[in-house]
Amino acid sequence: MTTQFQEIIAKNQSRLSTRRKFTNAFMLSVTGLLTVLALIPLFWIIGYVFYKGGSYLNVSFFTQLPRPLGVEGGGVLHAIEGTIILSLLASIFAIPPGVMAAFYASRYPNTPIGITLRFSTDVLSGVPSIVIGLFVYVIMVKPMGHYSGLAGGVAMGILMLPTIIRTTEEMLKLVPGALREGSLALGAAEWKTSLSVIFPAALNGIMTGFLLAIARAAGETAPLLFTALGNERYDVGSIIRNGIAQKQSIFMILGRIVDQPVDSLPLTLWKYAQQPYPERIQQSWTVALVLLIVILTINILTRLWVEARRRSLQG
Amino acid sequence: MIKQIKTLPQGHWRKRLDETIRHGDIPWQIILIAASILVMILVISIGMMLWNESGDARNMFGWRFLTPTSDASWDPVNDHFEAWPFIYGTLLTSLASIVMAVPISLGIAIFMSELCPEWLRLPLNWLVELLAAIPSVVYGLWGIFIFLPVVVTPVGNFLFETIGKIPLIGALFAGPMPESGVSRLGAAFILTIMIVPTITAVTRDVLLSIPNSQREASLALGATKWESIWQVLLPYGNSGILGAVILGLGRALGETMAVTMVIGNSIEGTLSLLRPGYTMASIIANEFAEAVSKLHSQALIEVGLVLFFMTLLLNIVARFLVWRVARRIPTEARG
Repeated sequence: MTTQFQEIIAKNQSRLSTRRKFTNAFMLSVTGLLTVLALIPLFWIIGYVFYKGGSYLNVSFFTQLPRPLGVEGGGVLHAIEGTIILSLLASIFAIPPGVMAAFYASRYPNTPIGITLRFSTDVLSGVPSIVIGLFVYVIMVKPMGHYSGLAGGVAMGILMLPTIIRTTEEMLKLVPGALREGSLALGAAEWKTSLSVIFPAALNGIMTGFLLAIARAAGETAPLLFTALGNERYDVGSIIRNGIAQKQSIFMILGRIVDQPVDSLPLTLWKYAQQPYPERIQQSWTVALVLLIVILTINILTRLWVEARRRSLQG
Repeated sequence: MIKQIKTLPQGHWRKRLDETIRHGDIPWQIILIAASILVMILVISIGMMLWNESGDARNMFGWRFLTPTSDASWDPVNDHFEAWPFIYGTLLTSLASIVMAVPISLGIAIFMSELCPEWLRLPLNWLVELLAAIPSVVYGLWGIFIFLPVVVTPVGNFLFETIGKIPLIGALFAGPMPESGVSRLGAAFILTIMIVPTITAVTRDVLLSIPNSQREASLALGATKWESIWQVLLPYGNSGILGAVILGLGRALGETMAVTMVIGNSIEGTLSLLRPGYTMASIIANEFAEAVSKLHSQALIEVGLVLFFMTLLLNIVARFLVWRVARRIPTEARG
């Protein structure tokens, strides 16, 4: 009797476990396949952009302004300069308040202001970039009466702010408490401790955070559509040369650089891609290639750097 | 030789000042608090500015601006604006992309946190993050010229042939699918690719923060690996994962450039996924710079206001959910 039961139980168990084993193996391999599926677009995009854009890439693409349609050659110097100017402006606007807010968030996370700060950082990072563009249009472009690089820089700065606050806060929190205590015990004031002990200790990580934030913001188009607008004849070199020739002060020259519409690489890409001319579309692939190279380089280098530092700290 | 430290006499004004500002700490704190409050002021003023600047449009159209109608008109020539087609387009494309992105992201997150060998985890993480680093316009460019004709058109035609024939649901898949692939379906596909990294990253963190005792207990009871993932880990992290999904939804709602490039930008009174459409973000991107009449630009700002409130609400819900999980997780979480 007992042996019969045991046989039945054994048989059922093995049948059940075959089904369960199958489900297990099947679902686990599905997760692996989904991972591969999600990464296909990445390689597809990068590969295709390199293939399409690479053929047009040459030195004049980086050193010349656009030429009229039908004229051979020409480049996107205006957009490259514009992207650099906009990124600089955005960094100037976003980094100081971002770092200060991060100091507050890491030092006093549980005060009412700290909690509100974290919450508003989260909300700000969720606001669509086009809405930020509208906002900056309303507060800057409308009162000033014209589109400008300054407004574009502010829009990009607002976009960068949450990223900067978050990464800086993370890095500041990683600094060992003993450093702070040691500095305070030596009689240094709180601000002195923060600026000359804690900040330098976290600086490497903070810099990578800045770079990643800038790389992200430099690829954005939507906030620039009605702030920086775009300007095919933007040329920092000639503004500076004219300024020097007319003996203008450096502030005048800087003012003229940021006070007019400015182009950027993603903005140029968007405009060119919408035109029906094969030439322009070809150029938009090349712009995409330049953008991708810049952004991928920043991303990969910073990550390698972070990883190397993590290893060296652990080892 | 000991250097004499110069001290100021008692009651000297500089010494008194130093003491009242606690050697610089009070100005320092004021600066920190000012920077922190700045962020809050920014968020509030975005809402307020958009609210103020859309006053006329709000007064003129009232709730009709937002309510579902089948014959909504967006007519800059006669200054009559109703935003329902865009709201519908945004909701439809975002929900469709969420439906596709959630299983994929869950799969990747499970693979990354539970299955893959240690050495593969970091490179995979990088690759998924690179997917998020590619600019939106590059997605758009690749979408129009490669992805839409190669993938979306065949898929759309297939859906039209099969599900499109079923009554009721068929309305969502009514054709004909444009040959170029420019459609809401195309936008949904592109959005899927773009929000997968967001959902994956948060879900992976949620899974990694589940204590090992949960896994061990379930395996010790005889569950297979999959059963312990499906019946123990996912329910354990459910509200965090829901938060991840909502964050992804928020990103999909606000995504502008890629969607504008692939959705076709046409105002048709159709419900179908397979036809071109408009989203709230893409109407702003397309028309705001050329809006001549005051009412037109106000109506567009009101669309932006609606978008702002939608993402605000979603973010509040998502953060609340993620925060609830984070609070519940004990200290023995895995690294």
